[in-house]
Amino acid sequence: MNYGRRFLILWVVASVVLTPIVAIFVGPEIPPGNGSVQAAGQVLDNTVLVSVMTPVLLFVLLFVAFSLSHFRSSRSDTGDGPADRGNSRIQMVWAVVTTVTVLGLATFGSYQLIQDGAGGGQGPSAAFLPAGYASALNVQVIGQQWAFTYRYPSYGGVETPQLFLPANTLVRLNVTSLDVVHSFWAYQLGVKADANPGVNNVVYVQLKGPQSFDIRCAELCGLWHGYMFDTGHVVTPAAFKKWIAEQVAFYKPIEKYLPPYAPFYFPEPTHRAG
Amino acid sequence: MRRLIGFHLGTGVVFGVIGWYLGWFLGHQIHAESIEYFSDIDQNDVSIFLGYIIGVIGFLAGLGFLNYPLSRVAGRPAGLPADKGARRYFGMATDHKVVGIQYLWGIGLFFFIGGVNAMLIRTELLTPHSQVFPAGQYLTIVGTHGAMMMGIMSSAVLGPFANYFVPIMIGARRMAFPRLEALSFWLLMAAGGILTTTIFFGGFPTGWTGYAPLLDQANGGMDSYICFFALVGLSMCVLGLNLLATVMTMRAPGLTWFRLPIFVWGVVTTAALMVLASPVLIAVLGMGALDRTAQTTFFITSRGGSSYLYQNLFWIFGHPEVYILALPGFGIILELLPVFARKPLWGYKLAVAGMLGVTLLSWLVWQHHLFMSGINADSRPFYMFSTELISVPTGFTFLCGLMTLWRGRLRLTVPMLFCLAWFFNFLIGGLSGVFLADVPSNVTTHGSFFSMAHFHYTIMGGLVFAFFAAIYFWVPKMTGWAFNERLSKIHFWAMFIAFNSTFAPLFAIGFLGQSRRSVTYPSNLQFLNDWVSVSAFVLGISMLVFLYNLVYSVAFARVPAGSNPWGSRSIEWQLPSPVPPNDFDELPVFTGEPYGYGTNDPVWRPSAAPAPAGGST
Repeated sequence: MNYGRRFLILWVVASVVLTPIVAIFVGPEIPPGNGSVQAAGQVLDNTVLVSVMTPVLLFVLLFVAFSLSHFRSSRSDTGDGPADRGNSRIQMVWAVVTTVTVLGLATFGSYQLIQDGAGGGQGPSAAFLPAGYASALNVQVIGQQWAFTYRYPSYGGVETPQLFLPANTLVRLNVTSLDVVHSFWAYQLGVKADANPGVNNVVYVQLKGPQSFDIRCAELCGLWHGYMFDTGHVVTPAAFKKWIAEQVAFYKPIEKYLPPYAPFYFPEPTHRAG
Repeated sequence: MRRLIGFHLGTGVVFGVIGWYLGWFLGHQIHAESIEYFSDIDQNDVSIFLGYIIGVIGFLAGLGFLNYPLSRVAGRPAGLPADKGARRYFGMATDHKVVGIQYLWGIGLFFFIGGVNAMLIRTELLTPHSQVFPAGQYLTIVGTHGAMMMGIMSSAVLGPFANYFVPIMIGARRMAFPRLEALSFWLLMAAGGILTTTIFFGGFPTGWTGYAPLLDQANGGMDSYICFFALVGLSMCVLGLNLLATVMTMRAPGLTWFRLPIFVWGVVTTAALMVLASPVLIAVLGMGALDRTAQTTFFITSRGGSSYLYQNLFWIFGHPEVYILALPGFGIILELLPVFARKPLWGYKLAVAGMLGVTLLSWLVWQHHLFMSGINADSRPFYMFSTELISVPTGFTFLCGLMTLWRGRLRLTVPMLFCLAWFFNFLIGGLSGVFLADVPSNVTTHGSFFSMAHFHYTIMGGLVFAFFAAIYFWVPKMTGWAFNERLSKIHFWAMFIAFNSTFAPLFAIGFLGQSRRSVTYPSNLQFLNDWVSVSAFVLGISMLVFLYNLVYSVAFARVPAGSNPWGSRSIEWQLPSPVPPNDFDELPVFTGEPYGYGTNDPVWRPSAAPAPAGGST
């Protein structure tokens, strides 16, 4: 049997055995988990990607290993290999297969993105809308050096230093910044959106059950960037109602010092702060 | 006495320091104090910028760059510098082989500084909270590491190896513009020196990307970053222009475009990207400098600017820049594989098409760095597609490399080991890039250690492994001395294993939620981070093994390499080691395809020799 056929059989067998194992056991374990519909969609993407990559990875690794085991020569050998300068059929097959794979992956990724926005920042006029977007709960995320604060326009624009969200609800996060570029990363929710000054960066997230989640700044924003982290909470709708009523009452005395709720704010002047 | 006051590095440094103080003084006359922005310490941005600019002019004047133009203006005959011996390496040299060796040591110096910074980063990340360095110092270390590696290492292959070997490979005795060749090198050295002085002005907090408006807000060390990167851009532009002109106009008779060694194609495509991309970098940094000195507010949203403007322009430069780092690696790998597989390069034209495809596509993908930024979010499907499409021309490179191995007679020399390691590393780097290109997956991986692991696999695993393949392959030709084989193999295996042990866990760390450039991380990730840090220290030690090997082989052991230790059929190996000052006794004429392994076809002949009957020229 010639070398080419032997290698192809080896590759096909290895791929047929390993790809389902990767798809079933590795893919679903890749974060960010099941904290929201968007996060679960990302896990599906990661599963598809890692499954498609397995045969590609195997092809190159097995090819090099096969060549090394069959075509290795000693240093004293002065002979040359065959003067083979190419084969247009192999080139054509390779170009077609890689292009089709790439087209498939890009189409799948686009489909996942268009379905519900995938949890990424969409700028001021979100185009990739999840079902029922019109009735989403609006929450504003304000990045500044070096903390996130949150405003709830449906509750009189109250501003709080903690983020509480009601479970099993579609939330529209409006992310903006007061100074430099930050990035709001709610890890378990599969949400990331840059906070730019003067921009309202919209994210839709369909929350699932109650849980706590990690919030981090994911864009270098100056001296204390490393300390810009916090914990957010998804709680039952009843607990959320109780919590937000407490916040409204608690911050009532200072409400008059807040600017009215707006898509973004321009505090003056721009100070240097490291 | 004349040796002391002549034009060389010492004079350059003295003139540079004088120029710095002159600029500093002038700056204070123009702009007494920056009251609006700053009040606590005396950091006058105008002074810093003028100091750097006039300092660089003084440095170049001290090296003798003004002698030729001034002599011409004065109407006096102007000669080129004619230093002999070791002195050539410390001045403005116009021999392409001297510049190549200058580049090798100069880049090595800054690669070392960047590497020490990496060790400091990993020392800090041994613990989940700020332990060793204060937060501000940590950011400066991260930024210096990134800027050194992205800036200086952009010329890591084109500086030393293209300057040295491209003229030889195309059958020329010099580059098209020898004084520009010297200029590109000394500009790069000035840039590296400037970046190290950032610590005198408080460092810079932005990392190598320098995002505005943080760039506008940061203290005086930011000016060092701006001057550094603008000079790197200028150096890259000059270097690329010179190489393009050389390959276009100075090829020997018979050397058609499709007879060029594939390494020259890697150089040409990289040079084209350098010439086209670095002006954008210089422009965006110029806007930043104006924001900081003349309050132009290009990037201040509340005064009509935009933070997106910086991000857009920076990545229009920044994405071609990563292919400026990757393409020379493609060229080296495909150039070396035929020598050690004893076969012609398989699919030469497909490999060229792959490089040209990458060159073209690299301009159409920059917004994948901005998937989460909210800029132009509706076009993300296009950028997802164009980014993933780059894997098609990159795949051509892989196919040509792999098929060159097929049925060859593989000799596992040290350069060959680095080539094979490149396959592994760049494959992992490329496949992980697909996660970042896929928008839903990008939500978690963007700005995390995953993306950091990805570009270290492509740049360190791709470029730096190819760089070392080139060093082990070509430096014996450049110095005439062979490397110690045992030390070389120790270096390879330590570097390959430690590299993967360092960066593979970072994919997991990123997916588990560790944010880039952050001095803190979740405490449940400490074990993985400690593992990575220890591996990184081993990686650092492997570099010291290399350094020892280099110094030992070149300065002490001095085993002659011979003119053609690898049995290569390429033209540079038919010359003595080291290559004599005038390269060729007789300029060559190329008569056939490159890589004639397995055949008796001659690739070239001296121009004086008679043409064989029936041979094509």
